[in-house]
Amino acid sequence: MISRFARITITSILLLMITSVSFAAGTIKIGALFSVTGPPAFLGEPERNTAKMVVDNINKTGGIKGQKLELVVYDTAGDATKAVQMATKLIKDDKVVAIIGPSTTGESMAVIPVVEKSKIPMISCAAGSKITEPVKRYVFKTAQNDGLAVSKIYEYLQKHKHNKVALLTVSDGFGASGREQLKALAAKYRMQIVLDDTYGPKDTDMTSQLTKIRASQAQALIIWGTNPGPAVIAKNAKQLGLKIPLYMSHGVSSKKFIALASDAAEGVKLPSGKVIVSDVLPKNDPQKAALIGYVKDYQKHYKVEGDHFGGHAWDAVMLVKAAIEKGGASSEGIRNALEGIKDFHGIGGTFSFSAADHAGLNKDAFVMVEIKNKDWALAK
Amino acid sequence: MELSEQLLQYLLSGLSTGAIYALIGIGFSIIYNSTGIINFAQGEFVMLGGMLTLFLLETLELPLWAAIPLAVLLATITGLLFERLAIRPLRKATPISLVIITIGGSILIRGLAMLIWDKDTHAIPSFSGDEPIMLGGATVLPQHIWIIVITIILISLNKWFFNHTISGKAMRACSYNPRAAGLVGVDVRKMVLLSFMISSAMGSLAGIIVAPLTMTSYDVGIMLGLKGFCAAIIGGMSSGIPTVIGGLILGILESLGAGLISSGYKDAIAFIILLLILFIRPQGLFGKPESERV
Repeated sequence: MISRFARITITSILLLMITSVSFAAGTIKIGALFSVTGPPAFLGEPERNTAKMVVDNINKTGGIKGQKLELVVYDTAGDATKAVQMATKLIKDDKVVAIIGPSTTGESMAVIPVVEKSKIPMISCAAGSKITEPVKRYVFKTAQNDGLAVSKIYEYLQKHKHNKVALLTVSDGFGASGREQLKALAAKYRMQIVLDDTYGPKDTDMTSQLTKIRASQAQALIIWGTNPGPAVIAKNAKQLGLKIPLYMSHGVSSKKFIALASDAAEGVKLPSGKVIVSDVLPKNDPQKAALIGYVKDYQKHYKVEGDHFGGHAWDAVMLVKAAIEKGGASSEGIRNALEGIKDFHGIGGTFSFSAADHAGLNKDAFVMVEIKNKDWALAK
Repeated sequence: MELSEQLLQYLLSGLSTGAIYALIGIGFSIIYNSTGIINFAQGEFVMLGGMLTLFLLETLELPLWAAIPLAVLLATITGLLFERLAIRPLRKATPISLVIITIGGSILIRGLAMLIWDKDTHAIPSFSGDEPIMLGGATVLPQHIWIIVITIILISLNKWFFNHTISGKAMRACSYNPRAAGLVGVDVRKMVLLSFMISSAMGSLAGIIVAPLTMTSYDVGIMLGLKGFCAAIIGGMSSGIPTVIGGLILGILESLGAGLISSGYKDAIAFIILLLILFIRPQGLFGKPESERV
C-alpha cells in the first residue's frame, strides 16, 4: 500500500513540476491543423499564414496578460486520418490548450471525437453546418454555414422576382452540403427547383449539363463549387450563350475565380464574406475596422490580398485570445468563455456564441457581390 | 430548345473532348508498341504541356506562337530524359516493374511540377478569341476548331511517319518483333527512345490545345491520362485510327451520358467501357485477336 501511495505521490509531484515548468515559461500553447498541402491547400495556406501573422502580432504587443502565445501548426494535407493523428499529437505531446482548424468539414468531423474525449476546445475553420449541429461541448467554428449563403442567394432572387432555379453542384463534400441546403431552404423562400444536376470536381467540360439547363424553364442558375469547376462552367455558359443569370457559392469568392473565368466572370453574382469588398463597405458596418486592418496586415506580410479563408483563422485565433483574457488559459476556461462571447466583430462576421449555437453567425455575415470590370462590387 | 439541337451540342462537345483523349491514347499506344509497357506517366506530359506553356507565357512573357513550340520541345526533352534515366537503365526488367517505374515517374513529375510552380489552377488564353460560333443549333468556341484541326494534322503526320519514313518503318518492325528487328540492323534502343519522344510531344501538345478550355494545374494529368489510356484500350493499343475512334467514342458517350442520363456517371462511363473491353474484347473494339498493332 505504501509503495502505491509513494508512486502516486511521486507521479503527482512530477506532474506538478512539469506543469509548473510550462507555466514558468510563460507561454500558452495553441495547436493548429491546416491542410497546407493537398487539394484543400487553397484553404490551409492562407489560414496558416494568417494564424502565424496574428499570433506574432499578439506577441509583439505584449501577449495575453503578459503571457506569450505559441502556435504549433501541423499540415494535414486534407487527409482526415492524418488530421486525427495530428490532433492526438497536439493534445498528447504538445499539450495545447486549444486547437484551431482543421480546414475542411471532413477533417473536422473526424477530429471531433478526439477533442471531445480529451476536453480540448476546437475552433474549426470549415463551413459544414454539421460540425456544430448538433452542438458539441468543445467544438466551435468560424466559417459561415452553407445555409447562410443559400439564404442570402434565395433572398436576393426573391427580391428580383425569380423563383424557378436550376442547380448545378459539384459532387464532393462542399457541393453535397450546398445542394442539401439549397433543397431544404427552397420551400421557405418559395423557390422551385426545375433542374438539379451535378458535375465532378475534376470535370473539364460542363456544356452537356448547361445544354440541358438551357432547354429548361429556369430563370437563374445556382452553381455550387470551388475553383476551377465554376470557372469552367462560366466559360461554357458564355460559349452556349446561356441567357439566365449565374449565381455562385461563396466557395469562389476569391480573385482567383475572376482570373480563371476572365471575361466569362462578368455579371456573376455570389454571396461572399466581407473581406473582398472591405473597401467598398458602408462606413457604419461594424466589421469594417477589423476587415481593413486584416487586409492591410496580410498584404504587408505576404504581398497578396488576404482572403476570407485566412479570415477564418484570424477569427479563430482572436476568439481564443478573447476567451483566454476572459476565462484564463485552461482548456475548460477557454471553452466556457467562448460560449459566452457576444458581438465579436471579426472577419467572417459578427460572432455571438451561446450554449445552443457554436457557429455564432447569421446571414448578415454575407453580402451579395457582383463581378464588374474584373472586380467585386456590391450587388444591388 | 429542340432535342435535336441538344443532341448536336452533346455530339460537338463530345468530339472535342474525344479528340484530346485520342491524342493522349496514341501516346500510350506508341510506347506500348515499341516497348510492351504502358507508360502511366503519359498524363504528366499532358500536364507539362499546359504548365510549361503557362510558365513561358507568364513568367518569361513569350508570345503564344513561341511559347507553344518551346513548351512541346521542353516536354519532349523531359520525355527523353525520362526514358534515359528511368526506363533504359532497367532494360532487363520485366514489363510489370517498368510499368511501376512509370507510375513512380508520374508521381515524381507531378510533385516536381507542384514544387516548381504551385498548386493553383491557371488559365491560358485561347488561341483566337472566345467568341462562340453557331453551328446549326449548337455553339462551339474557336478553340474547339483548333483542337479538331490540330488533332487531324497530328494524326495524319503520325500515319505518314509510320508508313513512309525509315524511322517509322523501323519502329513498326520493332513492334512486330524487336529481336528480329535488331537482327536486321534496327537500333531497337534508339527506336524506344524515339517512341518516348514522340509520345511526350503528342501528349504535351494535347495538353496545350485543351488548356484554354479546361485550364491547367499540376494534377490535370491523372484523369486525362486515364481517359487517354481508356481510348487506347478501346482502340486495341493501335497507334492509328482505331485509337482515334476509341477516343471519340469515349468523348461522345461521356457527353451524351452527362446530358441524357446523369453527369454523376460521367467518369464511371469511361471506366465501365474500359472494364467491358478488357473482359470481352481485350484485343480492342476493332482488332482481330492477335492482330498487328500499329
